[in-house]
Amino acid sequence: MRVGVYLDHAATTPLRPEAREAWLEASAAAGNPSSIHGAGQAARRVLEDARERLATALDCEPIEIVFTSGGTESVNLGVSGLFRSRRETTGRSAIVAPVAEHHATMDTLAWLHAHDAAEVEWVPVDRDARIDLDAWRAAVAREDTAVATLLAANNEVGTVQPVIEAAAACVGAGVPLHLDAVGAFGHVPLSFQALRRDSGSVGAGLVALSVAAHKLGGPVGMGALVVARQAVLEPLVHGGGQQRGLRAGTQDAAGAAAFAVAAELAVAEIEFEAERLRALRDRLEAGVRAAIPDARVSAAGAERLPGHLHLVLPGAQGDSLLLLLDLAGIAVSTGSACQAGVPEPSHVVLAMGLGDQAARSALRLTLGRTTVDADVDAVLAALPDAYERARRAGMATREVH
Amino acid sequence: MRILAAMSGGVDSAVAAARAVDAGHDVTGVHLALSRAGGTLRAGSRGCCTIEDAMDARRAADRLGIPFYVWDFSERFRDDVIGDFMAEYAAGRTPNPCMRCNEHIKFAAVLEKALDLGFDAVCTGHYATLRTGADGALELHRASDAAKDQSYVLGVLTAGQLAHTYFPLGSTPSKAVVRAEAEARGLSVAQKPDSHDICFIPDGDTRGWLADRVGASSGEVVDRAGAVVGTHEGAHAFTVGQRRGLQLGVPAPDGKPRFVLEVRPVSNTVVVGPKEALATAEIAGERFTWAGRSPVADSFACHVQIRAHADPVPARAVLAGGVLTVTPESPFDGVAPGQTAVLYDGTRVIGQFTIDRTVSALPAVV
Repeated sequence: MRVGVYLDHAATTPLRPEAREAWLEASAAAGNPSSIHGAGQAARRVLEDARERLATALDCEPIEIVFTSGGTESVNLGVSGLFRSRRETTGRSAIVAPVAEHHATMDTLAWLHAHDAAEVEWVPVDRDARIDLDAWRAAVAREDTAVATLLAANNEVGTVQPVIEAAAACVGAGVPLHLDAVGAFGHVPLSFQALRRDSGSVGAGLVALSVAAHKLGGPVGMGALVVARQAVLEPLVHGGGQQRGLRAGTQDAAGAAAFAVAAELAVAEIEFEAERLRALRDRLEAGVRAAIPDARVSAAGAERLPGHLHLVLPGAQGDSLLLLLDLAGIAVSTGSACQAGVPEPSHVVLAMGLGDQAARSALRLTLGRTTVDADVDAVLAALPDAYERARRAGMATREVH
Repeated sequence: MRILAAMSGGVDSAVAAARAVDAGHDVTGVHLALSRAGGTLRAGSRGCCTIEDAMDARRAADRLGIPFYVWDFSERFRDDVIGDFMAEYAAGRTPNPCMRCNEHIKFAAVLEKALDLGFDAVCTGHYATLRTGADGALELHRASDAAKDQSYVLGVLTAGQLAHTYFPLGSTPSKAVVRAEAEARGLSVAQKPDSHDICFIPDGDTRGWLADRVGASSGEVVDRAGAVVGTHEGAHAFTVGQRRGLQLGVPAPDGKPRFVLEVRPVSNTVVVGPKEALATAEIAGERFTWAGRSPVADSFACHVQIRAHADPVPARAVLAGGVLTVTPESPFDGVAPGQTAVLYDGTRVIGQFTIDRTVSALPAVV
């Protein structure tokens, strides 16, 4: 089918060959890591080696890593687990969250509100999707606040949040913080220990952090929640008591091995790659601005993930642009979640105060490990014409008679 | 040509898209999401707009090896089709929502978007045929299979729209052939049941659906002379020609069954009378379109069809003062304002109009 330019690395980035090799090697051996016999011990060794290597990449302790099925499960466990445990011990029932979080968080909060009597204290974001720190501080300091959650780097527009300040505010209020680092890990420097130390976190402040393998070249279906020793969480999955009782179920040694290898490589090359991607992104951004003067670059005033370029193209619908670029062999995203393949108007763009039209006119291009100069050239060659056509279709003033 | 194939998730549109691919066109599949509140799974044999239908369409596109997208037309559909449907019933008329969908969505909003995005035509699984006439103009004709013919619901298409449409199923001898072809092509929807009725009322309970949305209040049932013969629980639940469900307390003087003759929404009154009073000698309307070329004369002989599955009736059409009046050779048996009349010249669709006014074949009762 269509082969071409892949600029949707934030959705998922290609599996690294080294990660695939690690998975194949580990998966060839039989053995449940929980079994006592030699085969089980061998699998356990692969699993714990991976846990240690991932801990090094995340700069946390191996015992703090709870492997999960991916970012969404990690976020669910982090948010729900902390909330339920805290409410049981303190009676507090509010969760602090910014309005531009990922759907894994948004939908978890909606569920907890509907079924578990949780109240959500929403924190606004500015036009660059940065959280309002004063509002955040006030919200976490409320006496009913049980837990806070924060997306480290916005998955749609790429805005990197002031994590240390946000975590420090939680420390002062005695509130545990879950950090969703699914899109940030492997793309911007991230150290669990350093974030905790710099924000003064112990039992309060940053205590849990979500990551996913496939955002940095590991396999889909593998994630982790880093849980500080001091943190207490209610598990979501009950069973054989694996992983500190926080996540029951047979552990995936091969997936863990592949995740660890991918994370090591991503962290090792992070500075070089960030610089390389930023240069490509900036060239793409400048080219788009020059070719399409109407185009608006989202979060241009904020620190962004190096590979993220989020555009609002007035008058054109994001899904029309996506179709035209896709048919031209260029894979991009509108950035927002889909319902049965229909992109929803982006809640992030709405939260940034850019309006309903902008929320439907968004296009997200995310560069990654395999992106080269020719990909940028291809977009710059195709986008102006696609924009013209999509804008004509979007305005829908013409009638066929 | 660059073809946009509208794929509902049913067997007809899947085979139509397949034939477009076979004909050498550059085909892209699109499923139209017409309801945001659509269910996850089909309810029985009915319905559309479910996630399962979108999935069926996607799997058919996969099988054909064509790109596939979902387009959200739910807002337009809500405003132009569902809104019109409710307003028409509230006004005591009997609308055809499939016609409105073709008029405002499939061959308007979708076609316009497709053309703007660089496609040359929209392909659907409708059973109808396009031909080029002696004068070079495009003509819309009935399908080869009279039982499946859908030219009636396409009667609203104008010359400009016909120029950008593609109906690969029009010359198919029967639906069975389409199913067999789908089977042979390995399309999983080969044996999927046909959809019936109104897609946005999946349980088929139109009266209940209307009662929930338009609201129902009880009113009087009167005879042609205006005498009250019963009460009803909401006028919108009645359609001209309906016999069942009247529950009249007072029997007709001659003991014969009575039928709904008229629905008067303003006074919330239902008028009933004998079957003979349903006979309609004349229909007229101002909202008409021509499928392809306009008629050369202001008065012409034709056949007129007033329902999707009614037989065409010989008639004379007269266009005067912006009003199209059609007189059938023998009276129609019950026509409701709001229905669409499609005019044919043999198998060719001449045009259509929405019936605004009907004239009874019986003299009025004073």
